[in-house]
Amino acid sequence: MLERLRQPWPDRRAELMLGALACAVLLIIVLMVVFVAREAWPTFRHNGLSWLGPGGNVDSQIGTMVNGGRDFHLRAWPLVWGTVLTTGLAVAFGLVFALLASIFIVEFAPDRLRAIIVPVVRLLAAVPSVIFGLIGILVLVPFVGNHIVTAGQKKSVEFVVQLSGASLLVATVILTVMIVPIMIAIIVDALYAVPRTWKEGAVALGVNRWRAMWTVSVRAARPAIIAAAVLATARALGEAIMLSMVSGSVGFAPNPFDGPLFLLEPLRPLAATIVEDAESLQAPAVRSSVYAFALLLLFSSLFLSLAGFLAKQPMKKYGARI
Amino acid sequence: MAVATRPPKRHESIATWRWGDRVAFALCWAAGIGLCLIAALIVGYMAIRGIQYLKPTLLWSHPSGEVDQSKSGGFLDPILGTVLLTIIGIGIATPIAVATAVWVVEYGRPSWLARAVESGIEVVAGTPDIVLAIFGLALFQQGLFGWMSFTAEGGAVFGRSFLTAGAMMSLIALPMVYGNTREGLQAIPRHVREASYGLGKTRIATIRRVLLPAVKPNISTGAALGMGRIAGDTAIVVVLLGATLRLESEGSVPGANVLKGTGSTLTSYVYNNSPAGEGNAAEKAYAAAFVLLLVVVALNFAVDLLARRGAQTGLEGTRLGAGR
Repeated sequence: MLERLRQPWPDRRAELMLGALACAVLLIIVLMVVFVAREAWPTFRHNGLSWLGPGGNVDSQIGTMVNGGRDFHLRAWPLVWGTVLTTGLAVAFGLVFALLASIFIVEFAPDRLRAIIVPVVRLLAAVPSVIFGLIGILVLVPFVGNHIVTAGQKKSVEFVVQLSGASLLVATVILTVMIVPIMIAIIVDALYAVPRTWKEGAVALGVNRWRAMWTVSVRAARPAIIAAAVLATARALGEAIMLSMVSGSVGFAPNPFDGPLFLLEPLRPLAATIVEDAESLQAPAVRSSVYAFALLLLFSSLFLSLAGFLAKQPMKKYGARI
Repeated sequence: MAVATRPPKRHESIATWRWGDRVAFALCWAAGIGLCLIAALIVGYMAIRGIQYLKPTLLWSHPSGEVDQSKSGGFLDPILGTVLLTIIGIGIATPIAVATAVWVVEYGRPSWLARAVESGIEVVAGTPDIVLAIFGLALFQQGLFGWMSFTAEGGAVFGRSFLTAGAMMSLIALPMVYGNTREGLQAIPRHVREASYGLGKTRIATIRRVLLPAVKPNISTGAALGMGRIAGDTAIVVVLLGATLRLESEGSVPGANVLKGTGSTLTSYVYNNSPAGEGNAAEKAYAAAFVLLLVVVALNFAVDLLARRGAQTGLEGTRLGAGR
C-alpha cells in the first residue's frame, strides 16, 4: 500500500480525491443544518412561530422543562432580544471605533507606533473569550455593581430583577473590545488595497490628509467596511462563554424605556443559554429548545457569512485579498 | 481656501485644517492609543494576577473536587487536555484544509463547485463555536459513531470525548489553515508551474514536489493560528469534552482509552473556577488563565517567526489580519 503511494499518482485520480475532500466541507454544512433542524423540530411543532414572541417568564418555562415536563411551551423573546441588543450595540460602537483606529493605522500613525499597534491588534484578536469573561466577571462586574449602580436604583426594581452589576453595559463593552480587532483587520487590508494614485489625486487637488482618507479611501473601501460589520455581527451573535459569564444569566428583556437603568439590567443571549442548558439535555423538551436556539443562530450566521462573502466581492476588483 | 503658491511641506501642519477635520484627527489618535491601552491593561492585569497566584506546584498536581482551595490541587490534567485536544484538532484539520486549498487553486473544476467550496469554508468560519459544539453532540450521539465515545448499557452513545471534541475543533482551525495555504499557493508565480510541466511532470507531481514544499511556511503559519484558536476555545470543551476535572479514560485499550474518555482544558478550568462556574476559586482561575494567555501569545510569536521565514523564501510577507 505504502509502496503504491510512493509511485507517481495518476493525475485524474488525484484530482477526484482532492475534490472529494474539498466537498466534505459542503457535506458538513448540510449535515449541520439537517441534524440541528431535526432536533429542533418538536419545539417548533408545539409553539409555531409565536416561539419567537414574548409571553411569560422564560426562565421558569425552561425550569419546568428541566424537571422532566414534556411541556414544550416556550416564549424565547427575552433571549432573542438579549442577543439583538448585545450584538447591535457592540457592532455599532465597534464599527465607529474600528474605522477610526484603521484610519489611524493606515494614515496617521508614526512608523514606530504602527510597529506596536499592528501586533497589538493581533494579540487582542487572539485572547480567548474566557479570559475576557474572567476579567469581566471579576473586575468590571463588581466595579459596576459597587460604584455605578446606586442603592436607590437597586431598590426601585428589586421585585422585578436584581441589579448586581452583571449587565448589558458590561456585556456590550467587552463584546465591543472582542470584535473590534476582527473589523480592524478587514478594514486595514481594504484601505491599503485602495490604489495609491486615487488618494494622491485627491491630495493634489488640495484637500488635507484626513479629507483624502475620508472622501476617497474610506469610500472606496465601503464594501469591506460592510463586510467587516457583517462578519463582526456573526462573531458577536455566537459569543457564548464570555456573555454567559458577564451578562447576569437572567432571562430578562431590558426595556429601553427605563432610561439609563436600561444599560444596567441583566439579560441572557441565546448562545449563553445554550452553554448553560447543555447539562440538562437529557430532558427532551430542553434538548429540543436548545437545538432550536442553535438553529436560529445557525441560520443567522449562515445568512451573515454569505452576505459578508458577497459584500467583499466588489473589493476583489482592485486586487484586495480580504 | 487660498490657492497654494509654494509647494507644501511633506507634512502639512494641522493648524490649517478646518475644525471638523481636526476633531476627526484627534479621534483617530484617541482610537489608536485607546486600543494599545486596552491591550496593555488586559495583558498587564492578567500578568500581575497570574504571577501573584501561580505556584509551580499548581502546574504538576492533579485537580480534585474539594471545596477547600488549599486541597483542590493544580491543573496538570487541564494542561494535558489542552495539548491533547490541540494535537487532535490540528491533526484532522491540516490535511483536509491543505487538500481543499490545493484543489480550489490548482484544479478548481467545475468552477461553480470551487466557488461553493470557498464560500462553504467561509460559512464554517462564521459558524459560532457553540453551534458547532451542539451539532457535534447530535452527530456523535448516533450509533454509527459509538466507537468514538462512551456507550451506555442500553446502547445510548454519550457523544462526549477527546475524539469528538477534537473532530469539532478541527472545524475551527480549518478556515485558518485553508486561508493561509490558499494565499501561499496564489502567491507562487505561474512560471514556476510551467517550468515543472515543461519538464514533463504531471499536475499532481508538481503539487507534491514543487508547490507544497514552497507553501510549507504558510501551512505552518495557518496551523499555528489554528492551534491558538483551538487552545482558546471554551464552548466546544464545555459541551463536548464533558469538562470533567481529571482525564477520565474509557475502555481498556491503552492510549485509545484516553482518547475515548472525557477531560478538561485550561479554558474550561478557568470557566468552571470563575464565579460563573461551580468552583468559584478566583485565584486558581487567574493562574490558569495566565498560563492560557502565555500559550496563546507564544503561538502568536510562532506565527511571526514562521512568517519571517516564509518571507525569506521570497513568497509571502506577514499580513495584519491573519484572522478570518
